[in-house]
Amino acid sequence: MEFAELIKTPRVDNVVLHRPFYPAVEGTLCLTGHHLILSSRRQDDAEELWLLHSNIDSIEKRFVGSLGTIIIKCKDLRIIQLDIPGMEECLNIASSIEALSTLDSVTLMYPFFYRPMFEVVEDGWRSFLPEQEFELLSSVTDEWRLSCINKEFSVCPSYPPVVIVPKSIDDEALRKVAMFRHSSRFPVLSYYHKKNGMVMMRSSQPLTGTNGRRCKEDEKLINATLRAGKRGYIIDTRSLNVAQQARAKGGGFEQEAHYPQWRRIHKSIERFNILQESLIKLVEACNDQSHNMDRWLSKLEASNWLTHIKEILTAACLAAQCIDREGASVLVHGTEGTDSTLQVTSLAQIILDPRCRTIRGFESLVVREWLQAGHPFQQRCAQSAYSNSKQKWEAPVFLLFLDCVWQILRQFPCSFEFSEHFLIMLFEHAYASQFGTFLGNNENERSKLKLQQKTMSLWSWVNRPQELSKYKNPLFEANSLVIWPSVAPQSLQLWEGVFLRWNRSSKFLDEAYEEMVTLIEYNKQLKAKVNALRRKLAELETDDQTQENP
Amino acid sequence: PRHLFVQVENVRLLDRVSSRKAALGTLYLTATHVIFVENASETRKETWVLHSQISSIEKQATTATGCPLLIRCKNFQVIQLIIPQERDCHDVYISLIRLARPVKYEELYCFSFNPKLDKEERERGWKLVDLNEEYNRMGIPNNYWQISDVNRDYGVCDSYPTEVYVPKSATAHIIVGSSKFRSRRRFPALSYYCKDNNASICRSSQPLSGFSARCLEDEQMLQAIRKANPGSDFLYVVDTRPKLNAMANRAAGKGYENEDNYSNIKFQFIGIENIHVMRNSLQKMLEVCELKSPSMSDFLWGLENSGWLKHIKAIMDAGIFIAKAVAEEGVSVLVHCSDGWDRTAQVCSVASLLLDPYYRTMKGFMVLIEKDWVSFGHKFNHRYGNLDGDPKEISPVIDQFIECVWQLMEQFPCAFEFNERFLIHIQHHIYSCQFGNFLCNSQKERRELKIQERTYSLWAHLWKNRADYVNPLYRSDHSQTQVTLHPQIASCNFLYKFWSGMYNRFEKGMHPRQSVTDYLMAVKEETQQLEEELEILGERLASLQKVQSNDNKVKSKQQDQNKELGRSTSNISLANTPQEYNSNLKSFPSRSPSQGDEEDSALILTQDNLKSSDPDLSANSDQESGVEDLSCRSPSSGGCLPSEDSGKDSDEAVFLAV
Repeated sequence: MEFAELIKTPRVDNVVLHRPFYPAVEGTLCLTGHHLILSSRRQDDAEELWLLHSNIDSIEKRFVGSLGTIIIKCKDLRIIQLDIPGMEECLNIASSIEALSTLDSVTLMYPFFYRPMFEVVEDGWRSFLPEQEFELLSSVTDEWRLSCINKEFSVCPSYPPVVIVPKSIDDEALRKVAMFRHSSRFPVLSYYHKKNGMVMMRSSQPLTGTNGRRCKEDEKLINATLRAGKRGYIIDTRSLNVAQQARAKGGGFEQEAHYPQWRRIHKSIERFNILQESLIKLVEACNDQSHNMDRWLSKLEASNWLTHIKEILTAACLAAQCIDREGASVLVHGTEGTDSTLQVTSLAQIILDPRCRTIRGFESLVVREWLQAGHPFQQRCAQSAYSNSKQKWEAPVFLLFLDCVWQILRQFPCSFEFSEHFLIMLFEHAYASQFGTFLGNNENERSKLKLQQKTMSLWSWVNRPQELSKYKNPLFEANSLVIWPSVAPQSLQLWEGVFLRWNRSSKFLDEAYEEMVTLIEYNKQLKAKVNALRRKLAELETDDQTQENP
Repeated sequence: PRHLFVQVENVRLLDRVSSRKAALGTLYLTATHVIFVENASETRKETWVLHSQISSIEKQATTATGCPLLIRCKNFQVIQLIIPQERDCHDVYISLIRLARPVKYEELYCFSFNPKLDKEERERGWKLVDLNEEYNRMGIPNNYWQISDVNRDYGVCDSYPTEVYVPKSATAHIIVGSSKFRSRRRFPALSYYCKDNNASICRSSQPLSGFSARCLEDEQMLQAIRKANPGSDFLYVVDTRPKLNAMANRAAGKGYENEDNYSNIKFQFIGIENIHVMRNSLQKMLEVCELKSPSMSDFLWGLENSGWLKHIKAIMDAGIFIAKAVAEEGVSVLVHCSDGWDRTAQVCSVASLLLDPYYRTMKGFMVLIEKDWVSFGHKFNHRYGNLDGDPKEISPVIDQFIECVWQLMEQFPCAFEFNERFLIHIQHHIYSCQFGNFLCNSQKERRELKIQERTYSLWAHLWKNRADYVNPLYRSDHSQTQVTLHPQIASCNFLYKFWSGMYNRFEKGMHPRQSVTDYLMAVKEETQQLEEELEILGERLASLQKVQSNDNKVKSKQQDQNKELGRSTSNISLANTPQEYNSNLKSFPSRSPSQGDEEDSALILTQDNLKSSDPDLSANSDQESGVEDLSCRSPSSGGCLPSEDSGKDSDEAVFLAV
């Protein structure tokens, strides 16, 4: 297919762009295969808009006489308006945008066409390999091994080719365990807590069914992670009720009788369309222009967004607490183990592990616990808050995770190497990007799409020093301790940087941020000067002494 | 000790977040404080509460463990005690009821509080804020405005100050005539004057217009105000009440200005609710704050249901309206409500704050409170229940103003010279009665009591400690600092936030564990030391290069500098140290927000000691230290932990689920 077939009118003059808090811009609108571009004709200050078609969540069109208006709602929650003279042009543009923003084939997406304008210093596709992770682990414990059982994605299609499992469990046993777990997602290592040797594993639900099937190898596998006489906790991200209902469909949960060393705790983290609806309601509330305070608060409440945040954070704190305070190992799963499970395991690591609060460490966490762990990004992030499609698989699972990280960052503003901007950038790229990183639903699909060869990794771009500096938190000072966030409602706030980003001017907040950076930079410069002077003085003084006492 | 009224052993102080955690100790009642001292010998943590802070005492049903006593404070602290013997509990209860409701001003703490300043220092303290100076700063007296002595000896209006500023063309005859046509004789007087365009904000009480009454002098008074602003041909009259309330007042012979009777006025209602609605609203919001492990819905629903933020927004909207009229339209405004001492004070001071950067400085803010609240007869004693009185008179009027300031600080982080702690301390001292500033209901009463000769001024105390109250992001030359603030009023609901720093002030675990403000304050302090050292090093280098001689004295000086530098750096690194984790691993909800930050020395219960100690410290050594010290910079207080909810869940789930 040629994009040209979809672009009936590639160019319209005298289009007016309206954005909140900016003056309207008149210019020429161009459509390309992947972008909507508006450039003003003024040479001096060429105002330009470059919008990826894949960022467009929905469009609306309306007409007043022959003047058409297209309202474009983006996945990053921005809303823009284009006034297009000429009904035919407007209709053509609208239908082209609609077609181009909903391309079926992944290989037609922009990452496959994007040609980077920067020099690749480090190939992001090779920045975070499981082998490196295992090497780190091996330096502190020899109880684990790297298994290649899933080399051809033959055992578990949503797992990466190599996984870390207890040393005492051989691949044969793993195959049996895989048969006993939903979508073959057998328990694998998620996190090793160096401080006390406790671990966090994740999996999918066991297939116990109504007649209480059991699997000796499964029991053996997870018991292999326990120290003698120690017990562990299974955190089921579903309520007991939901978990019980799952038995009717062949799923289920670990029975006490078969897992006597484990205590099961049920939390209830929502999934799928409940989350998507929550996002839609929240964004609607944020975009509500009415001046009624009560309406705002009840809409915020009714969206349940902050309730989800609280639930997810609470479960993550609980997992972290079991590991760090109770000195117990933990297994986390829900149904498939691709959504709420990953929210819990990744947030628990941010709480426990200072490394995850660095930029590099956080990237590694996203790669390990989201991309390699098989969170279906392509399905989940297909649409955002303005979509009308009621597809069950669309859900802001990753955005909720980022929001939870922001909540912790807000409570510990000096403990993270990255700033809020880093999280917002990840949110944007998860939904629409020139990079291939978030394409596909798992490593299997990514490998079939040959993303490594055909697209650029987000990390290749982000990790260049000049780019990285944009995301650094000026307040950061390494904090080696576990950080326990508060999950009281009073402590949780709406993430303005994402949800109010386009609805309020951030001028004064930006100024405050700049002022903060200035203060800290000046302090650093002074420190350097003082140290240099001190050295110089010390040298001079020694010279003096040697002169005096030859 | 002389003033020790009651002493009870084996009392337990409950942790508000986790009811299972309690500290065992001894409870003391003195003439001025409730004091709880923990038994745990290594800490001997102390909790001090001023009697004047107590808003209610509740004796709950006796249980097997003892008799619970709940003390709610006006600074939003809640203390839950369990006293073993019912009889002791009753004694404490009865004593506290009496102590918390003094009947004479002389019983209040400010008359016994002695920060050991000499007479001169005290007088200087009272002179720190000078309203004549302030009106001079505004550019008054001038061609249009003058000071009037019509109210000397409080002859015209006993709730007004002796010195009032009025239009030059308003004769004594007009003022007196107008005062007779206004509730409680509170005639229109100047609150703020904008020298750039001559527009002004005046304030008064409602006119006694009933359904048809008129008063020529009052009409002349408004005309005089309008004419004092030659650039504008009309005057806004803003009635801050809901229209319905104002109309109801007409039946009682009061009401509002009829546009037909006054020449060239534009009349405007702005619906701010009355003190009773506000009192109930706060009550409801505090109930939400007190909920044990509320869900997100409980909290948001309760917050909405309280209406609190709606009221805050109404006050802000009124202030914004007036600031716009003055700054953008150049039109003068007369503001009133019923008596003109509650809503009018709120709205005038919010508008002034938006208009004039001076009021956003520390000193200017003190001046603002002194001008719009203290001098114009805001009834501090009645509103904040300093003396035992009618509970229906109590209302969080100034609390709402203080919150408006905080909401603005959130929107304009560089515009204010002071930080959140400054606001919280002012709120605290409005209720503490430790300083004389906010005593009584009017200037007249304060003069009769000779407050300035007998008590100390809060402003001097805050000024002395101003380093603690600085907003590190404030720069006097910053663009945000210099201009009129234009809050985003379009679709601005979401800009109003719940202020947990105030209403959950003592639940430290709920607040960010690292404070950006404190961090930046430490950075700035270090920067200053570095600048000083740089200068010394520069001099040293110059002299060394010149003389090339070794000098031990300078060397030792340099070492001192090093030490200092080291200290401040370690402060900064502390900023990132999270709390210690609670050693009690078995009990999941391991956070105790009020857990000690510093071990204070042993309690010495002498009146003398109380008098001499630092006011803030004497108010308590620990809960308050959450604000007083920089402990949030090094949150060493009890381990936080997944807070109440996860705590609860984990507990129940872990130990019950299986």
